[in-house]
Amino acid sequence: MQVSMTVNGSNVSHDVEPRTLLVHYLREQAGLTGTNIGCDSSSCGACTIHLNGEAVKSCTMLAVQADGQDLTTIEGLADDDTLHPMQQAFHECHALQCGYCTPGMVMAAISLLDEVSDPTEAQVREGLEGNLCRCTGYHNIVAAVLKAAGSSQ
Amino acid sequence: MIPVAFDYERATSAEHALALLAEHGDDAKLLAGGHSLLPLMKYRLAAPALVVDIGRLSDLSYVREDGDVLAIGALTRHRDVETSELVRAQAGLLAAATSKVGDPQVRHRGTLGGSLAHGDPASDLPAALIALRGSLVVLGPAGRREVAVDDFFTGFLETDLAPDELLVEVRIPRMPDARWSFQKFNRRAQDWAIVGAAVVVDGGSCGVGLVNMDSRPVRAAGVEAAVDSGTSAADAAGVAADGLEPPSDLNAGVEYRCHLARVLTRRGLEEAGC
Repeated sequence: MQVSMTVNGSNVSHDVEPRTLLVHYLREQAGLTGTNIGCDSSSCGACTIHLNGEAVKSCTMLAVQADGQDLTTIEGLADDDTLHPMQQAFHECHALQCGYCTPGMVMAAISLLDEVSDPTEAQVREGLEGNLCRCTGYHNIVAAVLKAAGSSQ
Repeated sequence: MIPVAFDYERATSAEHALALLAEHGDDAKLLAGGHSLLPLMKYRLAAPALVVDIGRLSDLSYVREDGDVLAIGALTRHRDVETSELVRAQAGLLAAATSKVGDPQVRHRGTLGGSLAHGDPASDLPAALIALRGSLVVLGPAGRREVAVDDFFTGFLETDLAPDELLVEVRIPRMPDARWSFQKFNRRAQDWAIVGAAVVVDGGSCGVGLVNMDSRPVRAAGVEAAVDSGTSAADAAGVAADGLEPPSDLNAGVEYRCHLARVLTRRGLEEAGC
């Protein structure tokens, strides 16, 4: 069936099978490969995007469920060469090693700050419980989110 | 992991969804937030021929007071339940249990009704609804009917819902003065509870629901009776696992789960002021 949605401010429209997962649609039909597939079972958070401004796991959504909705992926954050403040904070805090979890971490972290603007360290750790980093890089990820929270005030 | 191919219909009203269910019967499944059904379909443990998407029936997403009852629309998302001032004030146990479901991304999509209709004994919310002595409003070809929570969960992933019925509302007695506790034991962030205990104490009466302690969500009736008759929290919790048949899996054996049920129930009772 035909789906149309706004992705990173642009209208996209494609014919999809109902069983097409949103993450596959974004990567393979919309051509946005920044969103990664990790566990493929809504545990790891690598596929986190924003649906109408809130973090969701795009491996556990059908593309047809996103029809008519407003999506943002990691590609939609930076303003040309200017990184989003959360991306900048990840850069400055060295909040990544291999980088595979990073797109999902950044999207989840932005959504977290939308809901809790001035979180404690504990709230950041709790708020990112849906995202796994296997490089054991949580320390710097938490530091980056706290830095981004501080810089936005 | 990709589901088996299926047909997709987006319901435009509850009546439309019911008509599709009437037409397709067992071949159709309702899709709300998708966080119970889609994983089953991806693992190919479920392969409905037709998916009826009720996710946009926004008139089934609400929290409101209705006399002595708090009425919550079945399609209210976990995020909206856990942050609802009304739920926090009138059914604090449900808000607390909901805040422990999955992770923030899951709670942005999953719905109260979807979780309850899935009937998973390892889910947090059925135990909370049991403790709160709630009820469920079901819409079907014959109209609306209300089912007490004790009659709703009938087996492993099985409920009293017929294939042509739709869960539309969850009703909970308003308890603004209740004390409560939700105890969830797991080893990893965002995991299912290995065992959980939902406890509410309102006036002289106590309600206790257990997570993952039988093939279906269960009430710890022995604990409730003991507390109501004046037994201490520690002694009452001692019977928490009596008569139950918890699963044994890689996380925990039967004996360990029974131990957890007793310990978590005691902690819950104590936190709820028993």
